[in-house]
Amino acid sequence: MKQLLLGDEAIALGAINAGLSGVYAYPGTPSTEITEFIQTNKVAQERGIHSRWCTNEKTAMEAALGMSYAGKRALVCMKHVGMNVCADAFVNSAITGVNGGLIVLAADDPSMHSSQNEQDSRFYGKFALIPVFEPSNQQEAYDMVASAFELSESMKVPVLLRIVTRLAHSRAAVEVGELGAENKLNPSTDQWVLLPGIARKKYVDLLGKQEAFQQASEKSAYNKKETANGQKLGIIACGIAYNYVKENVGDDANILKVSQYPLSPKVIRAFAEENDAILVVEDGQPVVEEAIAGMVGADYPIKGRLTGDLPRTGELTPDCVAKALGKPAGPAFDNAKNLAGRPPQLCQGCGHRDVYAALNQVLAEYPDYRVFGDIGCYTLGALPPFKALSSCVDMGASITMAKGAADAGLFPAVAIIGDSTFTHSGMTGLLDAVNDKSNITVVISDNLTTGMTGGQDSAGTNKFEAICLGLGVEPEHVRVVVPLPKNMPEITRILKEEIEYNGVSVIIPRRECIQTAARHARERAKQQK
Amino acid sequence: MKKDIILCGVGGQGILSIATIIGEAATEAGINLKQAEVHGMSQRGGDVQSNLRLSTENIYSDLIPQGGADVVISMEPMESLRYLPYLAKTGTIVTSSKPFVNIPNYPDEAALMAELDSMPSVVKLDIESVAKDAGNVRGANMVLLGMAAPFIEILTVEQLRKAISVIFARKGEAIVEANLKAFDMGVEASKK
Repeated sequence: MKQLLLGDEAIALGAINAGLSGVYAYPGTPSTEITEFIQTNKVAQERGIHSRWCTNEKTAMEAALGMSYAGKRALVCMKHVGMNVCADAFVNSAITGVNGGLIVLAADDPSMHSSQNEQDSRFYGKFALIPVFEPSNQQEAYDMVASAFELSESMKVPVLLRIVTRLAHSRAAVEVGELGAENKLNPSTDQWVLLPGIARKKYVDLLGKQEAFQQASEKSAYNKKETANGQKLGIIACGIAYNYVKENVGDDANILKVSQYPLSPKVIRAFAEENDAILVVEDGQPVVEEAIAGMVGADYPIKGRLTGDLPRTGELTPDCVAKALGKPAGPAFDNAKNLAGRPPQLCQGCGHRDVYAALNQVLAEYPDYRVFGDIGCYTLGALPPFKALSSCVDMGASITMAKGAADAGLFPAVAIIGDSTFTHSGMTGLLDAVNDKSNITVVISDNLTTGMTGGQDSAGTNKFEAICLGLGVEPEHVRVVVPLPKNMPEITRILKEEIEYNGVSVIIPRRECIQTAARHARERAKQQK
Repeated sequence: MKKDIILCGVGGQGILSIATIIGEAATEAGINLKQAEVHGMSQRGGDVQSNLRLSTENIYSDLIPQGGADVVISMEPMESLRYLPYLAKTGTIVTSSKPFVNIPNYPDEAALMAELDSMPSVVKLDIESVAKDAGNVRGANMVLLGMAAPFIEILTVEQLRKAISVIFARKGEAIVEANLKAFDMGVEASKK
């Protein structure tokens, strides 16, 4: 049966049908819809497949590894930068090995549509020395989940499934297979204790599997070679790049489609010998372009992102690939003259707006103030009309950067962080600040949800005062306000008092996100009918 | 046969509902489809677009090449101009004529309309007023879909009507009828 599915949904359904027992994830564009699909899927609900959101990617990765240890199939999903958060557990899971199949899905965001960098997760696959799958379309995304679980269980390693935004958020018809059984509980009897003596042995085991990983990619049905008569340019097309190549050349080119890694030097060398030059087309960073240079010899001409034949940054398009292939651009209109940028902005009526209005009003009295921001809707406070932020780096960095700046003598040092980001990676930094009695003011702008990614449950809802007190913030310096225009005098007074306090203060402006509030109102109305 | 369509507007205007209906109609008709959407950050009042590709042949790229779009369907006039480099020289713009101004530097409206009118093939209409007249203020996107229907060609008007019935079925008969009415008014408007 064919179903119209987003790339993300194809992966989710592929996982359920492959006998998934648990998905572990923290919301992050463009990966969020995978977990959301599983949360609302009837079969998943009936089977009791775990799908509750995790506090961050590291807790997700570790819980999934635990499920794998117990013998069941687990999926971890995250956006690319989440790989940095779970890297410790991820890299070491290749050393422990797995029991039940374990897939780590990383959704990369070339062009940074909703991200702060363009890192390519295939590097992580190579770093951890594990197989990587990279689907070129929605059908492959569906099919690869079962293949990746099988490979993971047969090789006893986690498998990385790497997608990009354009696949995650593009819909196509997918031929869907039968529902398979879950694994039975069957805990591992191996030693997963990575004491140096054991880890050294296990690392050698992992290295010993590399040949088998390579053979698996040589035999993979997802990798193939297409040959055309009279062509002397070889095109290596990785993952979704295959589509942009085919869009331009059809069947009239020599193409090596790469959708499963590690690369095989044998296959690459043979392809190089059959051609006079190679063009590497890959979405993200020049991972393959760099890797094959060491396989085909220094003099062999390789073209790609490093040589400028393709742009060094940004996602691939059919147009930039056409240019790299030497195809002349077709007729097209120029850019319009009467056009202005329309950046995203905080919703009208959003509580974050009131928080920034209050902050800006109070901080205007302090010439040297800095506000350290964090990741979420409220990062939009950096843009006009508020222009309130000096930094936004990674999840949780608002508190720790404010602390470091305060250590250096900066005053006032203010951190603004959302509720979900605070529990993701802000709590440990707050403990550092408490232990150092740092002179910082932390604003936890609590909208009771993970707003930016579409309103997922937030791990700390109803627990923030308790968390702050538990971490040692003094009770009289944990203040809760309701961010509404009518409360502006109270909010600004409290902000000023806490900025003036020489130590750690936490102010929690709390009002539900207007998007989730509207959704909840609709749900209540529906129930009353 | 193929039809490449760019759907665009401002976050929250309901372009994804249009995409869903065309997707349903295409699937029912056995036509291949790829539809790239925008999720996440830009949905917050920013510009949004969706690349919708329909074809009787295999479709590779999820994105439409420059100069390749047969139709640009836009919920907002300035947004329709954002994708000019993607519009085929023979393509058509179907757009709402009513600006949505949520930025301080929105272009001069007269100049904007003049540029839009200078395009070879444009259909524009105050879809919100039409939707209001149809008694369905939230149906402006269905009016727009109706206006665009004759240009989609690879799908018939009847196939699109049926898809509207299917997609809105779970919201009840009244909602289905209201959306069909808005759609029909759009179809009529584009004949003028």
